[in-house]
Amino acid sequence: MRDRPAAAGGAAGRVATTVLLLGVVSLLTDISSEMVAAVLPLYLTAQAGLGYLGYGLVDGAYQGVSALVRMVGGYAGDRSDRAKWIAVIGYGVSALSRIALLPAHGLAAITAVITADRLGKGLRTAPRDALIAAASPPHALGRAFGVHRMLDTIGAALGPLVAFLLLAAVPQGYNAVFVVAFAVAAVGLAVLVLLVPDRRTNRGTRVRLGDILREVTGARLRRPLLACALLGAVTIGDGFLYLVLQQQDELDVRWFPLLFVGTNVAYLLLALPLGRLADRVGRARVLLAGHVALLAVYLVAAGPVRGPVTIVAVLALLGTFYAATDGVLPALVSRLVSAETRTSGIAAAQTVTVVARFASSVAFGALWSAVGARPGLLAFALLLAAALPVAAVLLRGAGRTPLPSGAAAASPEPAGSP
Amino acid sequence: MNDGAAHDPGETGPGGRGRARLLAVVAVTVLAAVGASAYVVHARRESQRATERAPHAATGGDWASVSAGPHVVFRNTGAGPDQGKVAVAPLTDPAGPRALTPASCDRVYATRARAVCLSAHTVLTTRSYQVRLLRPDWSTERDLGKLTGLYSRTRLAPDAGHAAVTAFVYGDSYTSPGKFSTRTTITPAAGGAPLDLEKFELVVDGKVRRDRDRNFWGVTFADGDRFYATALAGGKTWLARGSVAARRLTALYEDVECPSLSPDGTRIAYKKHGDLPDGQWRLTVLDLATGRQTPLAETRSVDDQPEWLDDQHVLYGLQSGPMAARTTDVWVADADGGGTPSLFIPNAWSPAVVR
Repeated sequence: MRDRPAAAGGAAGRVATTVLLLGVVSLLTDISSEMVAAVLPLYLTAQAGLGYLGYGLVDGAYQGVSALVRMVGGYAGDRSDRAKWIAVIGYGVSALSRIALLPAHGLAAITAVITADRLGKGLRTAPRDALIAAASPPHALGRAFGVHRMLDTIGAALGPLVAFLLLAAVPQGYNAVFVVAFAVAAVGLAVLVLLVPDRRTNRGTRVRLGDILREVTGARLRRPLLACALLGAVTIGDGFLYLVLQQQDELDVRWFPLLFVGTNVAYLLLALPLGRLADRVGRARVLLAGHVALLAVYLVAAGPVRGPVTIVAVLALLGTFYAATDGVLPALVSRLVSAETRTSGIAAAQTVTVVARFASSVAFGALWSAVGARPGLLAFALLLAAALPVAAVLLRGAGRTPLPSGAAAASPEPAGSP
Repeated sequence: MNDGAAHDPGETGPGGRGRARLLAVVAVTVLAAVGASAYVVHARRESQRATERAPHAATGGDWASVSAGPHVVFRNTGAGPDQGKVAVAPLTDPAGPRALTPASCDRVYATRARAVCLSAHTVLTTRSYQVRLLRPDWSTERDLGKLTGLYSRTRLAPDAGHAAVTAFVYGDSYTSPGKFSTRTTITPAAGGAPLDLEKFELVVDGKVRRDRDRNFWGVTFADGDRFYATALAGGKTWLARGSVAARRLTALYEDVECPSLSPDGTRIAYKKHGDLPDGQWRLTVLDLATGRQTPLAETRSVDDQPEWLDDQHVLYGLQSGPMAARTTDVWVADADGGGTPSLFIPNAWSPAVVR
């Protein structure tokens, strides 16, 4: 096994082994977490006897927590210069939370366990992305993240399938689902601990909180972060979009999970090609193009045409949006910050995006209640269309300017570099 | 680990240490596979055994003869092949041997003329519910369809001319975390389209409320036309009195959920949220004439639409034992707030009293 990030393999070259290994870790962890996520609504309402209100609370905890600890993970990664071990803690906490579901009965206990799982996710995401960035040549970051996100999504697609098969084999066998989920997560953890190199990026320099803050709020990152906030604030959560589709077409509730599957399939098919495209034409451009796809999602969903064609189009475009943004964002950011503060930089961009999207969801929910789904979609389409050129200006130059290697830590680029 | 190679991007060489680690990963994988498989096999065997040795509720008698007298209709939740079947027991011995009917329902309500039955179907990870009207012989009279949503409450008018059903609209936990949305319909049993309560006029404090987030649930009928239900508007829940013919609901009292009208029509038993933690309710009885509220002696949280046994007693379903055991019992409490709640029918759910 050999990583050769420096070896200029060209566009056709192989992705670093570290990236593949981290992809496998994510694949296994996602099988595990999606197994649990798939059965959780049933477990909570049908089995644990929790009311739907209780389920709503758990669901809220599940969605909101990870954003909060992402910056902690980023800072801890940079400060300790041990990104891998911060990631190990994050993956470990999530794996252990599966087993903790066995004795956890009652709303408080289940909410606590799920919160722990999400804390683990928040903690690990930025350090893991920093490891991917560190192991990949600068010109092929998009491809590296594309490969990682593809593997990640395959896991997410397999998880529910495994859970169904288990529930078919063991009626009411929720504990069996949790145990198998733990076993799968444990294997992922073993791959991470034993095979992923403990790459250190700080070269012994001790990073202080002040350095990180200066870098994250510094000129190179400020404008892209603003762009993230702006775009995130006009991004409607996919849950809402599925609801719009479901209600417009009076879709049978049974097909609801298939909407997620459709988006995931588009995502996993496009993650790698769009990542490579980002390396070639610029990450900022692909990121913006992804938001154009999102704009198309709003317009198609709000449009007059109904039926399966519309649904397929929305899911394909939504998958395109995620493929053009989810892995491309860390690829973009990791070239804008010094290696010493990379984890924090990635975490900052992801946190800004997640928080802005959360605010957007609240706003869209209120708008939906006030004026209805369709006018709400059209309003957001208008806002997104207005935000796109502003974001393009903010991101100008961010996509392609490679950081002069080694020079970044010593002398960050002056403000407003091209 | 492997600190010496920290500055070298390609640190894990093909040497002996790399191979040892690879072997360790293989070992963990094998261990995890064997362990998980063993657990699954064990759980499968255990679940089969549990079904076999679980205390089956005593059954016997014939539902037709039990139904001739005053009786209680409920869902049999005792383990075994008859779990989920609708059962009947005489009011003189409700906890005695139950007579099983041929119908299977997750929630059931019955009058002398007909019954309404909500049955769940789990497909992949989602549940959909089927709503059916049943004849007195428990055969299907009319299929009210399989709409989206998870059905939770159902009642029939005393003359069985209308059936009311409440569904939690699926996925609405997305729209506002921690909240939910419901759709409640009243369907004429003789035929015709279901009436959506959200299309009714809602009057609160003399003003017509048009909040888009209005929600209604838990209908209880007074007669062929008048009914009570919970209305949610502007973040508050209300007891609302409605008329099917007038297509109107009028809010009466705040903080009343899942009302159930007493046989004499003077009181409402309901779930009161008050200042309890989210997801918890206290059974309470409201006097419609005076507005006086009486908390019942049941201090455990009850998330069920109560049912009146008679003018002095209220029935309700409760989870019993550990949650995962999925057992439920029907309890009875005094309507005047006194006494001690007692077990009415073990291994039962969704009681409906038929006189």
